[in-house]
Amino acid sequence: MSDPMTTLTTAQAARAEAARGTGPAPIAAGMDVEHLSAFYGRFQALDDITFPIHPGAVTAVIGPSGCGKSTFIRCLNRLHELTPGARVTGSVRLEGIEIYQPGIDPARVRQLIGMVFQKPNPFPTLSIYDNVLSGVRLHRPRLSRAEADEIVERSLRAAALWDEVKDKLKAPGTSLSGGQQQRLCIARALAVEPLVLLMDEPTSALDPIATYRIEELIWELKQRYTIVIVTHNMQQAARIADYVAFLLAGEERTGRLIEFDTAQRIFTNPKRKETEDYITGKIG
Amino acid sequence: MTTTSQGLPSDRDFAPRLALRKRLGFLFGVLSTLAIVIGLLTLGTLIADVVRDGWHVLSWDFLTSFPSRRPEQAGIRSALVGTFYILVLVALIAFPLGVAAAIYLEEFAPKSRLTAIIEINISNLAAVPSIVYGLLGLGVFVRTFMLGRSLIAGALTLSLLVLPIIIVAAREALRAVPPSIREAGLALGASRWQTVRHFVLPAALPGILTGTILALARAIGETAPLITIGALTYVAFTPKSLFDPFTVLPIQIFNWISRPQPAFHERAAGAIIVLLAVLLLFNGLAIALRARLQRRIRF
Repeated sequence: MSDPMTTLTTAQAARAEAARGTGPAPIAAGMDVEHLSAFYGRFQALDDITFPIHPGAVTAVIGPSGCGKSTFIRCLNRLHELTPGARVTGSVRLEGIEIYQPGIDPARVRQLIGMVFQKPNPFPTLSIYDNVLSGVRLHRPRLSRAEADEIVERSLRAAALWDEVKDKLKAPGTSLSGGQQQRLCIARALAVEPLVLLMDEPTSALDPIATYRIEELIWELKQRYTIVIVTHNMQQAARIADYVAFLLAGEERTGRLIEFDTAQRIFTNPKRKETEDYITGKIG
Repeated sequence: MTTTSQGLPSDRDFAPRLALRKRLGFLFGVLSTLAIVIGLLTLGTLIADVVRDGWHVLSWDFLTSFPSRRPEQAGIRSALVGTFYILVLVALIAFPLGVAAAIYLEEFAPKSRLTAIIEINISNLAAVPSIVYGLLGLGVFVRTFMLGRSLIAGALTLSLLVLPIIIVAAREALRAVPPSIREAGLALGASRWQTVRHFVLPAALPGILTGTILALARAIGETAPLITIGALTYVAFTPKSLFDPFTVLPIQIFNWISRPQPAFHERAAGAIIVLLAVLLLFNGLAIALRARLQRRIRF
């Protein structure tokens, strides 16, 4: 049997080619989450989550604080299991390939599924230029100068940051404003040509204008990427999401999926009472 | 206490005590100034005394002559060279070991009872009297490994002495790097080692280097462990190999002070000035390095 990752590696290479304009437009990748439960030691943070993540669309995960949204998104790129005592049961598939099967290197999964965090976290020791390349260089240490320049420009353009930083690429990544730092982090994630982009409350540390720019960017990115975004801001979910998953934790603080549907139906005609209560501001 | 109709304290609750609070603040200011004056005065007296005794012996000849039985010809060449060799050797041995140990404890070790015990013991080792390290060096390096009273035995002993200091400093520096940096690296598909090597270690480097330089400054000021392992007090040559006998500045000072002739005491004062200058240079280097690197790194 061939390496299960080969298909995905090929898909990633195809994306890189398409990005350079030397190949056909890439097809976005979808994911399937089935019976996913997550634990921190004895504490169960998520229980039996099942829903699809549709390719080329924005899926928003919403819910009140402590409902396990962040834990959920960290299960999608196998980041959850790095917390001591944390474990995951159930299934997460990327293009039909189980990312939790034995023999799959979690680092490889994280290369295919990029992530942007709540607080912008550019590497403080690296310049803007090197921040963008930091992920690429891990896997391709011998990058030619021309190739590096090309990746940096393409990624920064994709993250709508190029025009603001093109004259100071050697400045430290941390010298930028909060919103710019977050777009730098998006550029850094895009440089690796991921199949899916995860965003964990990417605008909660930003002011409204920076938030607006990131939301605009997400609109552009979903033409080419599958995006999963965690947000506690329902207006944001309504503005950018195609699909919405609503999580809620009960008394024992274990998060469960209450409803998954298109954004339109969740916000106009939710099936469950809890969803309606949450989006109308009665709970949470 | 008087309160307003909302139940909030009114201005009058604060006004009567304002004078007292100001007086207390002034008193505390005086006390802390006194504390720093006592410290500086002691240090100043010491330095003034040493400089008065030893200033006139300082000369190029003093630095480049070997010790002698005639005080007017005696110099610190072998001690200065020995101190330099010890410094380089201790840095080469203790820095990689200490940083590697800190990386293991901070980045890789599971947080278990065992690592907790290791942690406490390392902190304890940093406080063990240096003479105990001397006895350990004598037993292990000089006798068991049969290295004799050599440069390498001295360097290994001092490395043991400063290793806990470097480990503790390096761990603090690593711990000061926010977890978000590690997550950023891991989320890009970096392995644990790649994350540490490319992203965490560079951010922690200023702290690690400062700690290491301060530890090295401690090593070159140590006397007791080297006397215990039998470093020679009279060496009229510079070591040619790792296995040659050696001496260092503190031992040379100790030797001259214990002589009866006052002329040797002046030589000792001169050597103390040189040692202090070397230490000052080192601490200054540590501060400059930290300031320079930290200006670039902001989390």
